[in-house]
Amino acid sequence: MRLRTIAAAAVISLVATAAQADCAFENPTPVKLMSAGFQAWKVVADAMAECGNFEAELSQEFQAKQAAGFAAEPSLYHIGGVANSSLVPLLNEGIIRPLDDLVAQYGEDLSPNQLISFDGQIMAIAMMVNAQHLMYREDILNDLGIPVPATYEEVLAAAEKIEQAGVVDYPLGGTWSTTWLEFVNMYLGYGGEFFAEGNQPAVANDQGIAALEMMKRLTAYMDPEYLVSDSTYVQQQFQQGRIALANLWASRAGAMDDPNESQVVGLVKMASAPAPVEGGIPASTLWWDGIVIASNITDEEAEAAFQVALEGMDADMVQANNDIAVWLVDGYQPGPAAEGAAATAAAGAKPYPASVPMGLMQTAIANNIADYLTGAKDAATTLADIEADYLTSAREAGLVR
Amino acid sequence: MKFKTFAAFVGPSLFLMFLFIAAPLVSVFAQSFYVTQQQFESVEVETCTPGFAAQICSTETKTRPILDENGEVITETKFVGLQSFVNVLQPDRALSALAAGNITEFLTIDFWKALRFTLTFTLITLPLAIGMGLAIAVVVNNTIRAIRGPVIFVSLLPFIITPVIGALSIRWLFIGDGIMTAFLEWWLERDIAMFAQGWTIEILMLFYRVWHVAPFAFVIFYAGLQTVNQDTLESAIIDGASRWERLRYVVIPHLMPLIIFISLIHLMDSYRVFEEIVGFSSQAHRISLQWLTYDFLTPDDSGNRSISRASASAMLTMVGIVILLYPLLLRTWRDHRRGRL
Repeated sequence: MRLRTIAAAAVISLVATAAQADCAFENPTPVKLMSAGFQAWKVVADAMAECGNFEAELSQEFQAKQAAGFAAEPSLYHIGGVANSSLVPLLNEGIIRPLDDLVAQYGEDLSPNQLISFDGQIMAIAMMVNAQHLMYREDILNDLGIPVPATYEEVLAAAEKIEQAGVVDYPLGGTWSTTWLEFVNMYLGYGGEFFAEGNQPAVANDQGIAALEMMKRLTAYMDPEYLVSDSTYVQQQFQQGRIALANLWASRAGAMDDPNESQVVGLVKMASAPAPVEGGIPASTLWWDGIVIASNITDEEAEAAFQVALEGMDADMVQANNDIAVWLVDGYQPGPAAEGAAATAAAGAKPYPASVPMGLMQTAIANNIADYLTGAKDAATTLADIEADYLTSAREAGLVR
Repeated sequence: MKFKTFAAFVGPSLFLMFLFIAAPLVSVFAQSFYVTQQQFESVEVETCTPGFAAQICSTETKTRPILDENGEVITETKFVGLQSFVNVLQPDRALSALAAGNITEFLTIDFWKALRFTLTFTLITLPLAIGMGLAIAVVVNNTIRAIRGPVIFVSLLPFIITPVIGALSIRWLFIGDGIMTAFLEWWLERDIAMFAQGWTIEILMLFYRVWHVAPFAFVIFYAGLQTVNQDTLESAIIDGASRWERLRYVVIPHLMPLIIFISLIHLMDSYRVFEEIVGFSSQAHRISLQWLTYDFLTPDDSGNRSISRASASAMLTMVGIVILLYPLLLRTWRDHRRGRL
């Protein structure tokens, strides 16, 4: 994953316990989990470990390892932690199993909202959702008499006022080290479609130009180092009181009120991601995280693995870690941190359109957009180059004839 | 030495070199001419994913690979000739940009952007690393014996640090309002953002590489300095040669084989520049050829990777190294032959 540095990739933790604390059943067979390594997965893995005979590998490089590990006979892992996009390769290669029988047998505590299905077959169980949404410094907006911005024009107006007042270093923050996602969000917000018939690219249009131009206007109010600023960096900028507004992940909301890290406890509030068009949908996409079970394992192992997985995402775990994420599990008390994400979803944000062609499109966007923002290319050339790069890789992959 | 003894000593290492260097190279070379494609079908799929209050279900056309009866993805490998090289080099766009005299546009094409950075990086750090190494070696050689040990130890430190860690430390000194940036801002009384534009990141990368490799040059030169003929040096002093003249006409000619050796190693190493790109996360501004290969090879979120283009890019990188090393190798070969005759 190019989004994360190799240093961060070193964050691999192995959890193995024989202790069987609060687990409803005694796990008979060894079960292994492979997932991403952020905070929510750590607490879920710890809860799974309570059933015993359990080993977890949490790694930033989980995607590469998952596909190879699940394809092995027998599979190297039993449970996989996935999100919208990382589910695609596993699903396409047929190395995860349908969960309908297991859900019928053991899933009485699952809410229907947690079930991810394709053509009626349940393929994954979600535990949390995540979205980028607006976080703002309530005190600053109140002092300057600015209403909470609902559109990007209002964001720009607010940023201008904040800049004039000079109360923070930079009015806006943004996780723009992943510019492709910012573009995808903005482009969808303008109502754009990525593909035409037959997986042909379709970004070189007015919505594309509008999205790029809006992005460039936003950069004027951001830290000039925006192209290297990732989620953690923006979170810290907020915590240190250096920015006033940002479209940031819901999973980062809890950290704003952490007194050990934050100097702005209680001052950062959440709202829906702004819409690029008045009355349109927000420039944001909905993501979920959840579990899948490998195909290449015995049915007994699958049963044990499924029960362990459910144990990891049960109400006890959620009650103990309520504010870490926006959980989908029953027993979750939506706190202030969940408001922004819920508002974004209510305003009509779509799930991230993960697919094989979208993966290629993402790379094409990522490799071209920086040249636009730094001024090396104009908007039309950038979009044409995105389409050209996409077509090259799509032809090579056999997606486009 | 008997041939048998010679073979017994050299054989295992030749075998391993063949197994781990030559064979993969041939395999990569072959792969650069082939493309493996999955066969896709387009199907209407009803997808349900979690929303906040309720599920979001939609029916969309999904393109997905076709599986055979064993559940394996059906793939097809075909010979495409130089197509992957064309895809990497993008000659049409490159030539039309050059014909229009538009260098900026030319340098937005990934391969040429990477080549430009890699060459600048290699050729600028080369003289700096050798110069710094020689300077440190001469200074250490002239310090009093008592403090020589600690001085050597301190000079070697940058070389001992793992490259990625070293790059990250320097990044943290400068990113945002890092200590060094804050100091520069206070000193120059102006706002400075080192990671806002490409050229400042490039300077940091050059600085980091020289800082990291100069100790290697230093160690080699320091060893070389111990073997300088003292009689020649003394006669140079008697002849009235200044310190600089002694260095220029006695020491440097003596060290010449070592300078060539270090240049060879440095060219090979820095043409493969990669850690700096990752450590300074400069992908948006600066990329290198090695990073380009890595980028082709890394699966994206949907599991796509481009092995053919990665192979082509790796072969091009190798060709580049060979071209760069050619003059130095030629010179070494000539010296070698002259020595024999």
